Amino acid sequence: MNGVDVRGAITRAHHEEWARVVASLTRRFGDLDIAEEAAAEAFATAVERWPADGVPPRPGAWLTTTANRKAIDRIRRENKRDDKQKEAQMLYDDDPPEPPAPLGAIDDERLRLIFTCCHPALAMETRVALTLRLVAGLTVPEIARAFLVQETTMGRRITRAKDKIKAARIPYRVPSAADLPARVSGVLAVLFLVFNEGYLATGPGTDPVRHDLTGEAIRLTRLIRALMPDDGEVAGLLALMLLTEARRTARVSASGELVTLGEQDRGAWDTALLAEGHRLVRERLAAGVAPGRYQILAAISAVHTSARDVRDTDWSQVVALYDQLVRLDPSPIIALNRAIAVAELDGPQVALAAVDRLEDTLAGYHAYHATRADLLRRLGRSQQSRAAYDKAIELAGNTAETAYLTRRRDQLG
Amino acid sequence: MQYLVSVIFDKAGMATPDEQAAIDVFNDRLVAEGHWVFAGGLGAPSTATVIDNRGGEPMFTDGPFLESKEFLGGFWIIEAADLDVALKLAAEGSKACNRKIEVRPFL
Repeated sequence: MNGVDVRGAITRAHHEEWARVVASLTRRFGDLDIAEEAAAEAFATAVERWPADGVPPRPGAWLTTTANRKAIDRIRRENKRDDKQKEAQMLYDDDPPEPPAPLGAIDDERLRLIFTCCHPALAMETRVALTLRLVAGLTVPEIARAFLVQETTMGRRITRAKDKIKAARIPYRVPSAADLPARVSGVLAVLFLVFNEGYLATGPGTDPVRHDLTGEAIRLTRLIRALMPDDGEVAGLLALMLLTEARRTARVSASGELVTLGEQDRGAWDTALLAEGHRLVRERLAAGVAPGRYQILAAISAVHTSARDVRDTDWSQVVALYDQLVRLDPSPIIALNRAIAVAELDGPQVALAAVDRLEDTLAGYHAYHATRADLLRRLGRSQQSRAAYDKAIELAGNTAETAYLTRRRDQLG
Repeated sequence: MQYLVSVIFDKAGMATPDEQAAIDVFNDRLVAEGHWVFAGGLGAPSTATVIDNRGGEPMFTDGPFLESKEFLGGFWIIEAADLDVALKLAAEGSKACNRKIEVRPFL
């Protein structure tokens, strides 16, 4: 096996096995810190040994065994120092100690890990960081880069979170049925945030689309989907991500400028991702259960991506879906997006009136000004449009968006 | 596992009779379900005295160690299996006493 194959095998094992290894070690040793460190050591050992020894026939089993050994070594070292305290700080788990687990139970362990990382007693940014580290296996420097914070800051944030989980005894388990819907939606919020940061990356020095983050969010959502196949919102979020990701390459021009949905080359969309996303949306429609917000957002995206040409878009359907969404989530950002669809159905004048009503809450949001700028431009009110573009450019954090808005402003008569 | 459940007062005045009645019901439940360790309401911050005897000579200072708009009004110490159980109880406690609440684990 050549070096490229081995590297590929290690990457694949990292994607497929990292969360499983961390989760099973956490279960066995009751300590996230030990699990994380031992998993990292096991993968480092694989990088060292696999090129010479060859990829083991069952990489996952090899990694778990190696990580277990590393963890036991560390516990032995530490137990010599401090037996009692170690025991007192063990992560709480009310289930009996692990029997040789059937396959299904192992999957549950990854779910435990996800729910612990996304616990509501942790701050949102902490949940994101912990999930990317412990479930997705990103390194601390990678996570720090993704969220534009210092490596030491990110390291401290993750350490503090693990300390809190231990000290406050955040349980390592899947929540009870009664708590599950709220907790799942907390997990999905974390994944959506990771995806959006990738999709509309902020910061002057960053790529406009961070495929590492969107890809990671999709991978994690697929995992949750595999673990909770009957949850409609999980399916909805996955569909939404796939239908958004499918347009990724068409969304930024060669010169690094944002290309709006209406102007995108629809032939460049990823048909496999679109097909998968559309299939999920159809599956949810067939379920006949009242959809949550991710399912509605996915359905909106499905309407857009079903049109071969932007002129074929079924705008009345889009507006109807937004109406449904507004009833569920009356936030001003949803209202803004609804207004954009209304502009296509009832014209820019009607839409502008709706947008202007949002000024109080959205005056600090670049998309509010960008939307106004576009509507004012279409109404021939160039001067006001220019002012709105100025404001949008000032507030936008994404390089491709800034480039697009600047060109649009400069094209005003 | 024990948790300190602190009641944060952010407005003047002690518990109203209705609040007190709800707190009593909540306390009875804590006792019945085995969560009760201890609880108590505290006097206003202005009744506090700070003592510092680190220098050999005890120094007494009138008033709380921290002047703030929000202050500790009372507390529960509860026994709970884990944070999820503690948070659920605290949520009910917050409703009963009609105040914000902080949950902190004992070491």
